[in-house]
Amino acid sequence: MADYNPMELMICVAARNLEDGATVVVGTGAPCAAAMLAQKTHSPNLCIMFEAGGVAPILPSMPISVGDSRTFHRALMASSMPEIMETCQRGMVDYTFLGGAQIDMYGNINSTMIGADHAKPKVRFPGSGGANDLASLCWRTMMMTVQDAKRFTDKINFITSPGYLKGGNSRYEAGLPKGTGPYRIITNMAIMGFDDETKWMKVLSINPGYSRKDVQDNCGFELKWADTIADTPPPTDDELRILREEVDPHRYIIGR
Amino acid sequence: MSADVMERNIELKSGVNRVFTNPDADAAREFFRGKSRALKPKLSTVQDVVRTMINDGDYIAIGGFGANRIPTAICHEIVRQGKKNLGFAGHTSTHDFQILSAGEAFNRCDIAYIIGLEARGLSPNARRYIESGKVELTEWTNATLSWRIKAAAMGLSFIPARNIMGTDTFKYSAAKEILCPFTGQKYAAFPALYPDFAAIHVHECDVYGNCHVYGASVSDQDLAKAAKRVVITTERLVSTEAIRQRPEATFIPFWCVDAVIESPYGSYPGNMPYEYFSDEEHLREWLAAEKDPESLKKFMEKYIHGTKNFDEYLTLCGGIEKMNKLRRIELLIDKK
Repeated sequence: MADYNPMELMICVAARNLEDGATVVVGTGAPCAAAMLAQKTHSPNLCIMFEAGGVAPILPSMPISVGDSRTFHRALMASSMPEIMETCQRGMVDYTFLGGAQIDMYGNINSTMIGADHAKPKVRFPGSGGANDLASLCWRTMMMTVQDAKRFTDKINFITSPGYLKGGNSRYEAGLPKGTGPYRIITNMAIMGFDDETKWMKVLSINPGYSRKDVQDNCGFELKWADTIADTPPPTDDELRILREEVDPHRYIIGR
Repeated sequence: MSADVMERNIELKSGVNRVFTNPDADAAREFFRGKSRALKPKLSTVQDVVRTMINDGDYIAIGGFGANRIPTAICHEIVRQGKKNLGFAGHTSTHDFQILSAGEAFNRCDIAYIIGLEARGLSPNARRYIESGKVELTEWTNATLSWRIKAAAMGLSFIPARNIMGTDTFKYSAAKEILCPFTGQKYAAFPALYPDFAAIHVHECDVYGNCHVYGASVSDQDLAKAAKRVVITTERLVSTEAIRQRPEATFIPFWCVDAVIESPYGSYPGNMPYEYFSDEEHLREWLAAEKDPESLKKFMEKYIHGTKNFDEYLTLCGGIEKMNKLRRIELLIDKK
């Protein structure tokens, strides 16, 4: 079995979820690496989009900003933020990736603040940026994150970006577009989806080296489990080689 | 409330925070009625523009995307002249927010993305400033602020959209839910955002303010229309003949523009597409200086208060030699 670190595993797993011909809005860092890896393996025609306006660039290196010149290097279009967001709102964008300080059992994400008083936050983060927009308007939202019981919590301080809100049909009832929502949560330990009815987070497969107990112990709420729990296939030699040599040769992301 | 809403028992929610600017479309029309459309030369200086076009208490917006195609000289001068109590559109703001926070220039902020510098990390000083409670905050998102600016550019008072409903981002915004009069679909309604002042950095423009921009345009075409007073800083001036030869390329037209400033390397230390890459070393120096208020004070003294203008800042940061280096990185001639 090839030797790899948790970040490499998460990027490889995320890449496998991006099929050829799909559209995906990514940020900097791991999601961008996953999209580049997908493009260089099974999805040569994956359309990568950036929220400042870049569409289908040939990325010469990892962008530092979702608006820097790499995000539209030899692109098919250098457009605008409204153009990207309206394309999402029109239902033309399949995937997006989000990050955050907290996530709850319905896939709601906090990237705004820790504390109880919005006007005087204990810890302030950047806020939504485009995260809420993408979580609201893209068909499927994914998250890549290291898993621990503080980050995976049933006491989320602030819902910056919508998951399934209060579960069940509440996301649609709130007014968000039908058929959208969190799709996969990819952690260092496992891959989760969401229960069809309750929309509660559900473990689908466990990553090599971890147990069912590890996955539950590092989650602040009770996880649901799929009827059959698969073993996550580890990164292949090809995936690792392309990731290390072509996607992130300077180890900006996979070296973290 | 309509009969339909009562029948379906739909509760229409409102965000709890304040709209900092007047969204009224007729008030905007009255203002724009008086705005000059004359095709006249508008060359000015950073010092004069900030002195005469920004009043303490105004609501301002900065074009570009944080550390990409930003009018850095204007941000510096706002701090140098000690402008206070500004409102700020924290829309895709990063290094611009960092500069204005170092000057504690604003006291209210529409937030989409603040404090952070994307992959570079968070600004310790901007974070202290926001966590201090000195700044009144209303939450939004990147798309929401883009659309609020678009609504103003269209001469409207609001725009409906399908994002943010059901979240705390909505709760702490100033949005309101409405129903579509045609389909009954629930929407979030966002108030139009007409800033008092906007500064936008472009690649080329003529003396009248007809602009060319290359690369991602972010929200700048709408921002130029939405803002009451607009200054363009430009990498270089071009003749009006160059504009007339390709009228379809005019990114912002003269009638939106009140002043034009020639500002080569004007987005430094940010990236300017096809011209120069961001100066990551200098941006790291900013972040490091912010670790505590004392070191930030020294840093600001050296780079902002101790320099007379943006040219002096560029020289202090390595001058032409540094700019050439950043150009080689941008053009992929040199690897970083």
